[in-house]
Amino acid sequence: MIEYLHSVTLQEDKCVGCTDCIKRCPTEAIRVRHGKAKIIDERCIDCGLCIKVCRNRAKKAMTDKLDCLSEYKYKVAIPAPTLYAQFKDIYDVNVILTGLKQLGFDEVFEVSRAAEIVTEESKKLLKSSNLKKPVISSACPVIIRLIQIRFPELIEHILPVISPMEVAARIVKNDLIKRGIDEKDIGVFFISPCAAKATNARNPIGIEKSHVDKVLSIKEVYKKLAGTLKRLDKIENLRTSSYDGIRWAMSGGEGKGLEIDNFIAVDGIENVIKVLEEVENGKLVNVDFIEGLACTGGCLGGPLTVENSFVAKNKLKKVLKNTLEEKAGDCANLHTEDITLFWNKEVLSKPVMSLDEDMNIAIKKMEELERIYEQLPQIDCGSCGAPNCWALAEDIVRNNANIEDCIFMLRKKVREMAEDMVALAQKIPASLNNKDF
Amino acid sequence: MKLNFEVDGDDFLLAGEASSQVKKVLKQLGVASDIIRRIAIAMYEAEINMVLHANGGMVDVDISPEKIYIVFQDTGPGIEDIELAMQEGYSTASDKIRELGFGAGMGLPNMKRYSDDLKITSELGKGTKVEIIVYLNREGD
Ligand SMILES: Nc1ncnc2c1ncn2[C@@H]1O[C@H](COP(=O)(O)OP(=O)(O)OP(=O)(O)O)[C@@H](O)[C@H]1O
Ligand code: SF4
Ligand SMILES: [Mg+2]
Repeated sequence: MIEYLHSVTLQEDKCVGCTDCIKRCPTEAIRVRHGKAKIIDERCIDCGLCIKVCRNRAKKAMTDKLDCLSEYKYKVAIPAPTLYAQFKDIYDVNVILTGLKQLGFDEVFEVSRAAEIVTEESKKLLKSSNLKKPVISSACPVIIRLIQIRFPELIEHILPVISPMEVAARIVKNDLIKRGIDEKDIGVFFISPCAAKATNARNPIGIEKSHVDKVLSIKEVYKKLAGTLKRLDKIENLRTSSYDGIRWAMSGGEGKGLEIDNFIAVDGIENVIKVLEEVENGKLVNVDFIEGLACTGGCLGGPLTVENSFVAKNKLKKVLKNTLEEKAGDCANLHTEDITLFWNKEVLSKPVMSLDEDMNIAIKKMEELERIYEQLPQIDCGSCGAPNCWALAEDIVRNNANIEDCIFMLRKKVREMAEDMVALAQKIPASLNNKDF
Repeated sequence: MKLNFEVDGDDFLLAGEASSQVKKVLKQLGVASDIIRRIAIAMYEAEINMVLHANGGMVDVDISPEKIYIVFQDTGPGIEDIELAMQEGYSTASDKIRELGFGAGMGLPNMKRYSDDLKITSELGKGTKVEIIVYLNREGD
């Protein structure tokens, strides 16, 4: 079986082969080949930046469709709190959850409730453990994968707790099985702002198997849900999460819940990379916790959302204000004791950037790479289909490109050939008389 | 293989370029991550010192499968008493520099801690040369 590595994919017919996405990709995972973008599978960390920057909407994430509901007898929706910040003039979580149920779900359970459980466990872990400081949040799967690829030495800093999505799915399944429902009849549907979490549902990090069965993008659900919300007659009291859990949707939400002052909340993958570089340089040993979220503003800025991050933040604040005024429903009957909240599978580094397993050969290749790079114009124009001149040199060394892919090198070669041809044309075969020509 | 960098003395905010670049190369060479981290920390401290105390200088890096050898050469004021400078907490950084978060006197001690070999030669008024060796195969530890 081929390992499922990422959910972001290209719709070829829409791609015009521009360089917007290759230039922004934080792991240099995209090349343009034959006029179309191509994702290097093992490098893609599903940050979704390419989905956001593509002007032709040629990038999307592979998620499931609402039709899948029919595959299961018993269907449960577990919405990410980001969903609550998508609608116009609706700030009551109960309204949104009631509407969600009406799309065909038997039950709903909030990921934000699970987030509160994760917060409690994280607090204990941070106090007791001998984790390396600064401890890095495991909430954003993109950041974990970024660390696996670009900052492997920071793996031991990651807080080894499972994500709220996974905790929610486990609680739901555990509970339903106890109530006598056959596991194979249960479908747990995560309502997601996030492409990386869609990947995690199929190929999770830190655990063997995810309990999430299907992932629906917020976009997919929004179309139907927005209409349904207008037609509700009776609002059910379904909300069990409160302020602390719901605020996980935005940058700083997880960190503030941990009740530690000494933490950094950083959002936007390029900013997170800068902070991780500082950790790598040993500069942040005095910081207790780093919450790094790949999307601008946190999950509110996720690639599968409808509302833009900044407007969504304003809406979420209204939702949060609302939750302060009304007490959350009880869910004490849900047993969490027998649910493991910790990673139980080692998270390994992924040396996908390395030029060769054998260091002697890697050094030779690196020298070759430098030699090629010196010849290139070093203006990082991207016309070769690689994000910059260094990356093209790297592709050449890996036998994935030719130096003539650089239009400047091609022009130089053509000129040299033309000069050679002119010189050749002037040569006269010895058997011919000069005057004949 | 060899790499060379010129470290600008004007802007300490930009310091770290050389160590960043070397980190990238070492990752592509497949060097173990804990070793890269030690090199990153030692290099960063040496680079910052060159910017803060010596107005910049040159970095030469030589990578072989056995070890990485890095030389930092500057033409700054030099270090009067190297043994004293090596002590934890010793710093001549000005208040202004301290306000920016440097000057804890931990740079040189950290360089010693994270490298396998550290050699400093310095002449007052002429400059300072800092040589760092980190072995790349674990057996060399
Ligand atoms: N390249 C250099 N040229 C001149 N003096 C130096 C150089 N490197 C270090 N020193 C001297 O040695 C002292 C100690 O250096 P060290 O790196 O340990 O501490 P620091 O740079 O003052 O503070 P920190 O590194 O904790 O920010 C410096 O304060 C400075 O006086
Ligand atoms: S910030 Fe949130 S939505 Fe964005 S990648 Fe991370 S977990 Fe997914
Ligand atoms: Mg220093």
